[in-house]
Amino acid sequence: MKYELVVLGGGPAGLAAGIEAKKNGIKNILIIERDNELGGILQQCIHNGFGLHEFKEELTGPEYAQRFIDQMAEKGIEYKLDTMVLDVSKEKKIQAINSIDGYMEIEAEAIVLAMGCRERTRGAIAIPGDRPSGIFTAGTAQRFVNMEGYMVGKKVIILGSGDIGLIMARRMTLEGAKVEAVVELMPYSGGLTRNIVQCLEDYDIPLLLSHTVTDVKGDGRLERVTVAKVDENRKPIPGTEVNYDVDTLLLSVGLIPENDLSRNAGIIMDRRTSGPIVNESMETSIEGIFACGNVVHVHDLVDFVSAESRRAGINAAKYIKNEIKRNEKFIEIDGTNGISYTVPQKFRKENIDKGLEVFMRVKEVFKDVKLEVRSGEEVLMSLKKPHLAPGEMEKIMIPKVFMEKIKTNKIEITIAR
Amino acid sequence: MQDVLIVGAGVIGGSIARELSKYDLDVVVLDKETDVANGTTKANSAIVHAGYDATEGTLMAKYNALGNAMFDELSEELDFPFKRIGSLVVANSEEERKHIDELFQRGIENNIPGVRIIEKDELQRVEPKINKDAVSALFAPTGGVVGPWEMTIALMENAVDNGVKLDLNTEVLNIEKIDGGYRVITNQRDYETKCIINASGVYADKIHGMVAKETFKIIPRRGQYFVLDKTQGELVNHVIFQCPTKLGKGVLVTPTVHGNILVGPDAEDLSNRENLATTAERLEFVKEHAGKSIQELNFREGIRNFAGLRAQPSTNDFIIEEVEGAKGFIDVAGIKSPGLSSAPAIALDVVEIAKKILGDVKSNKNFKSSRKKHYEFITETPEKKAELIAMDRKYGNMICRCENITEGEIVDSIHRNVGATTVDGVKKRCRPGMGRCQGGFCGPRIQEILARELGKSLEEIVLDKADSYILTGETKK
Repeated sequence: MKYELVVLGGGPAGLAAGIEAKKNGIKNILIIERDNELGGILQQCIHNGFGLHEFKEELTGPEYAQRFIDQMAEKGIEYKLDTMVLDVSKEKKIQAINSIDGYMEIEAEAIVLAMGCRERTRGAIAIPGDRPSGIFTAGTAQRFVNMEGYMVGKKVIILGSGDIGLIMARRMTLEGAKVEAVVELMPYSGGLTRNIVQCLEDYDIPLLLSHTVTDVKGDGRLERVTVAKVDENRKPIPGTEVNYDVDTLLLSVGLIPENDLSRNAGIIMDRRTSGPIVNESMETSIEGIFACGNVVHVHDLVDFVSAESRRAGINAAKYIKNEIKRNEKFIEIDGTNGISYTVPQKFRKENIDKGLEVFMRVKEVFKDVKLEVRSGEEVLMSLKKPHLAPGEMEKIMIPKVFMEKIKTNKIEITIAR
Repeated sequence: MQDVLIVGAGVIGGSIARELSKYDLDVVVLDKETDVANGTTKANSAIVHAGYDATEGTLMAKYNALGNAMFDELSEELDFPFKRIGSLVVANSEEERKHIDELFQRGIENNIPGVRIIEKDELQRVEPKINKDAVSALFAPTGGVVGPWEMTIALMENAVDNGVKLDLNTEVLNIEKIDGGYRVITNQRDYETKCIINASGVYADKIHGMVAKETFKIIPRRGQYFVLDKTQGELVNHVIFQCPTKLGKGVLVTPTVHGNILVGPDAEDLSNRENLATTAERLEFVKEHAGKSIQELNFREGIRNFAGLRAQPSTNDFIIEEVEGAKGFIDVAGIKSPGLSSAPAIALDVVEIAKKILGDVKSNKNFKSSRKKHYEFITETPEKKAELIAMDRKYGNMICRCENITEGEIVDSIHRNVGATTVDGVKKRCRPGMGRCQGGFCGPRIQEILARELGKSLEEIVLDKADSYILTGETKK
């Protein structure tokens, strides 16, 4: 099998990338999806709030996904469901299986990686205690409740105030469960402000900041969760423990880009994002292999995933048509002083049309600061920011006109008072 | 009346059952758990020790070396994972060097093949990530790693293939002496048997106490571990032990048979025989001490912690004998480390004791030494992969995305003799859920497949123990 472009993943990132490549003249495209339908994790996100940027209206996850699925069908893009990619090589050869085609070897001129992310688990954060049933990642619980139609518990503690945790606090409450508290290790929530209001405050669910789970008990099923306050080093403070008799603990303790295939292909990764290092074209360290969406860095809003993925799609098309300018004069982007990472991590001026959009996250909450782009001593841009939080991804557009001012091989994005 | 009743379906019960299945005997194995290999066998260091450690003259020394030598053939016959990767005891100072010199001497006394002391240069070459302070190490080429539950499942499956009966969810409540044997009263039904083999792990003193006066005590000694992601799998090449210090025996760092890294254990004596909880303090202890071997251990890549209970006997040696004053009752007790390594050799001797008790024992003419072939899809060649999917489409349906386990393998694990009935049972047999997502993606799918294949509802499928239910009912209509 041979295709011009193969997209790995049929979630929002893969769909947007595939559609955009088609719009840009690529005819022979295959999208590979390992689940039994397209749309990725959006299909289990039945709450609304999606599409405010993309469509200027509020959609549910499945509605948002459907708009892209419809476009894809209209454009006649080929896809395979229930298909697992086993390996991707530098030479852009793909090994995949499914139960109908069997074992497949697929050659591609360009590849877009859009495998998304997975949830951190109890093991990753080493929560001590027994090993009963009743401990779920929030996403797994969401799948059970929204896709399979089963409840996972009656009395619930949620650890982690990321968006999925907040959404699940409301969802479990609506299904008749009692959510005793959402427990957050940090002194601020990891989720969007609107979710804290709409999912916790509206339902009188307490949010315990600077707290964590220090013990779980249960022989068969979970019976008790111990929660304690933590000090400024995030260590539990003895004597502050409170026991909750609950049968369920949901974990919303972070998402990690799913990069097994990328690593095996030899793509260079960024330790800060756990995703591939990408350039302005969303291209990885292997020419012709692009990446977009949560496989690159974890987003808060699917709308931004779609936008980023279109960039990957356009550039994959350009690559196939041999239109990417191949000078290796990269300018590095260095996030400093409170910026934890940027995407892209580097760029070439020659490949920028109107400007360069840079996504980033901050390490802690900042109030009334300036986000600055600097080249050496010179401040290229300075934006006032009344509020920056790790739970809310920031983006800035560096206009093309500023590019000419960059004299070094590095720019700095930083926080200034 | 049964000929032999074995209490406990761990690696010891499994090894003995399989060895007994070579004879024309009526054998039943009981276990209180929902699955075989659910006690100490499920949670230990998974090491096949070379055998230099035990003091000469102990049963531990005797069986360890003999058992170790049996692993190649056994793992071949029964197709369970075993890798003879060699072990190192590392000395970080001249003082510690004295300890490995001593171990080396013991290795010679115990006739351990190939043991030698390697110096800093060679050590750094074979184990590049080792602590830079390391001065030398005792190298034992016959040390290895094994899949303890895969081994036990294989043993028990082969035993059942050859006619042994296995009754799970069956807890022994009492044992009465009857004419020519014993009546074993359980939470399910009574059994009558000529011979009892007590392979009940941390409960061995309790079961012993049902027929005879107390001659030993079992102390549940807890040990806690970290499992690191396969991304860390190439950090070390050998089983790496530390020299004991005043603070304890030291923790080990080892690759597992599946390419993860295992770090642990500590040692803590408990009273509760079911306490498998991990604790923050002890895990911290393990973390700190592991740094003495390998400084670059990245605990951020941890995917799971667990605790296991070793059956520490008050006699400090294995207890393998027909109990005085209880004819036909055989203790196989206090099987702490190196119990896993010793299991195959212990089984041989226990069967000899049983044969002596039972008298005229004939061999099982239909005995088959291997079990039905099972496939590990992801490790097969492209041609074989294509062939497997053509044979059964379920091999084309990938369920576990971390470990790459297909529906074909999962369905097979449910329908074999000693098949899986729980989510953890599937995980022990073919690994879905062992990876970094810890069943987040595949858990619900495994539950579905179990329900479908066993003709149960989704809500009836449990994680592990009988009351470890996963779902609490349907959502609102």
